[in-house]
Amino acid sequence: MARYVAGRVVQAVVVLWAAFTLTFAILYLLPSDPMELQLAAAGVQPDSLTPDQLAAMKHRFGLDQSMWAQYWQHLTGVLHGDFGTSLSQQVPVSDLITERIDGTLLLSVTAAVLSLIAGSALAYLATFARWNPLRVFLTRLPALGASFPQFFVALFLIQFFSFQLGWFPATGTEGARSLVMPVVTISVLASSVLAQVLVKSFDETLRQPYIATARAKGLSRSAVHLRHAFRNAALPAMTILGVLVGLTVTSSIVVETVFTREGVGKLAQEAVLSQDVPVVLAVVTVAAAMFVLVNLIVDLLYPLLDPRISHTRGRVRPAPEVVTST
Amino acid sequence: MTLVDIKGLDVGYVRHRRVRPAVAGLDLTVEAGEVVAIVGESGSGKTTTANAIIGLLPPNGRITAGSAVVDGVETAGASERTLRRLRGSVVGLIPQDPMVGLNPTQRVGHQIAEAVRLRGITGAAVPAEVLRFLEQAGVPDPELRARQYPHELSGGLRQRALIAIALAGRPKLIIADEPTSALDVTVQKRILDHLGGLVREQGISLVIITHDLAVAADRADRIVVMRDGRLVEQGDPATIVSAPRESYTRRLTAATPRLAPRFDVRDQAVPEPILTLTEVSKTFAGNDLRRGARGFNALDKVSVTVPRGRTHALVGESGCGKTTTLRIALGLETATSGSVVLDGDEIVGRSWNQLRPLRRKAQLVHQDPFATLDPKFTVGQSITEPLVSFRIGNRRSRQERARELLDQVQLPTSYLDRLPTELSGGQRQRVAIARALALRPDLIMLDEPVSALDVLVQEQILQLLTDLQAALGLSYLFVSHDLAVVAEVAHTVSVMSHGKVVEHGPVAEVFTSPRSPWTRELIDAIPGRRVVDAA
Repeated sequence: MARYVAGRVVQAVVVLWAAFTLTFAILYLLPSDPMELQLAAAGVQPDSLTPDQLAAMKHRFGLDQSMWAQYWQHLTGVLHGDFGTSLSQQVPVSDLITERIDGTLLLSVTAAVLSLIAGSALAYLATFARWNPLRVFLTRLPALGASFPQFFVALFLIQFFSFQLGWFPATGTEGARSLVMPVVTISVLASSVLAQVLVKSFDETLRQPYIATARAKGLSRSAVHLRHAFRNAALPAMTILGVLVGLTVTSSIVVETVFTREGVGKLAQEAVLSQDVPVVLAVVTVAAAMFVLVNLIVDLLYPLLDPRISHTRGRVRPAPEVVTST
Repeated sequence: MTLVDIKGLDVGYVRHRRVRPAVAGLDLTVEAGEVVAIVGESGSGKTTTANAIIGLLPPNGRITAGSAVVDGVETAGASERTLRRLRGSVVGLIPQDPMVGLNPTQRVGHQIAEAVRLRGITGAAVPAEVLRFLEQAGVPDPELRARQYPHELSGGLRQRALIAIALAGRPKLIIADEPTSALDVTVQKRILDHLGGLVREQGISLVIITHDLAVAADRADRIVVMRDGRLVEQGDPATIVSAPRESYTRRLTAATPRLAPRFDVRDQAVPEPILTLTEVSKTFAGNDLRRGARGFNALDKVSVTVPRGRTHALVGESGCGKTTTLRIALGLETATSGSVVLDGDEIVGRSWNQLRPLRRKAQLVHQDPFATLDPKFTVGQSITEPLVSFRIGNRRSRQERARELLDQVQLPTSYLDRLPTELSGGQRQRVAIARALALRPDLIMLDEPVSALDVLVQEQILQLLTDLQAALGLSYLFVSHDLAVVAEVAHTVSVMSHGKVVEHGPVAEVFTSPRSPWTRELIDAIPGRRVVDAA
């Protein structure tokens, strides 16, 4: 068990490092001069500076060093929680992120939890329904939900629930009511994706012989569905939990922009537009860390839910049928 | 007292808005305490009949006419609630494959407890009941087994756990669906003997669903032969086996393999070997979860020789190392020590690329004809793939060869464009054999090639293999757990047990005067004593 955990942790760290390195390489290779961008942001014409002044500034930000040196500097910085200074806003990137991460985390976690509940419930009902038209409708519903673009769902919600009914505010970060529509927007997509996978997994599980065994015992349909099918069907779907959380994080970029919420998603969108390299690098690293963390949790939960994984070790091995020679 | 009374029963499956009949005009009764065997090939409607009795027809299954009264309750057109009251408490089911019949994420004891609780027993009495039924089913160390998960149990123990579940509902009737198909003969014999004793002791009726007339003849009070959804004939085993009225029953009886060695090579000179395994040992690393232990010794100094143009069989229980031996002989697995010489070339220690040219000399036919063919490949594509892989010939010559091969395995050439789903199990196995023949190998390794097939189809495939051997001078390494099948095709045999060869020699000698207790036990476990005695 300890080896399993250690292996997963090492794997998570390697993935995180790879994500950071890849992002750094892509941003470094962008065909633009970060110094010029920074000067433009400060309202200074690069031409008005002497080459010496420029060189001095580059030196101050470490931009005159080799790619490797810069990479090393960034990497060690990140390990100490220092993501450098924003080029456009001239403040430490870590401050920018910590300021906004609460809102985004709240949004993502709420959306992930809602998606989990809604997606599971939908898949459960779709496979449990016995009236065929209802069954078909519920089975097809996730495909519909997954095919609407998020900005469209968001605009529809704003139009209907804010402008017409006035139930929820269309924009803003204040209060629980401002959270409802962004969360729903993200959940429509995320729960649909989950439900699609779960329905398929349920159908597969319900065809297994042990379901017939359970029914032959005389158990009711709901007992078979809940006690025997659900857990087994959920196991293959667990792998997409990581993807699902990743989805809620990326969705926050669209959703925070449409609903003008302050958050990391909006920060990322602005940073990309202004080519604020340290901020983009930091946001990607933080998102990757979340993604890796969730996947790690899923991996560590697996053995608890599926006894077949690393359960036998150190226990009695299956006894072969005793052969009595006569 | 009549427990099951079926009259004029029609059952069909709805597909594309049309009802395809699976059972037609069936009349069948099961008396209290009686053991009835329903015998038939796949598609004969025997499983549909069983499902109708227990009220477990699939969603598209319909009882279209007739009646099926179980313990005084009409099940045709009955509500789910009515059927549920029958399941478990009146009719218990022992499913076909014990490896997949238990919920993998629930402890064994819990799964039995569910059945116990349905009888209204609660609280502290439940665990005691669970242990009692595990004990009754013949599970040693029931306290430990109840706490374990299904994957921690061997196939035989899982089968016993399933029997415990069926018993836990205290049913009046138990249906055993194909109880001999998934486990070793020796294990099955012990389990069926035990089950037979239990039902007679407790006065439970038993319905055995099987394709194997021999199994039915050994255990049933009455045999019901079914074909194409209809009852062909029924009667007591002695009559069915020795004096069948219908020609179909006669064919079934004739096709049942019996332990009569077909080839006797005792006095003949042994041809040069095509394959020689000398003192091959194999140790698996300890990360095998099912086996658990570190450094599992799969093979211990196994020596096997396949003479050219002959069939050498490897027999033994599952886990005895016969499949590992075959995989090492093919170079798919590397031996820890020892030597494997194929047609004069040593293959142990060769790299994948060095081994590749030798693959033309030895080919493999798998056990499961349903999994061995790529479902997206047409028959023609499957057969010509080895030729494409070794860049032999061009498109036209390959097509020509494919037609020739289909001809050799006695399939019409029009099958070239068919997909595996359009073929029966026997036809698929023929395609697999054709594919193995494509490279004109000298040696074909057959891994349980007929154990997934019905008796009549099995007989045809065995005949085909024998004919091909005579026509093409092929050598076979034939792996099987079924000694009766081996007697039909093999010249020589090695009996394996726990990774060792315990006995080897000509089939005619080993099977008639076995020296090893392992061999004797395998022979004793073969069903069909009554068939053999009657013939």
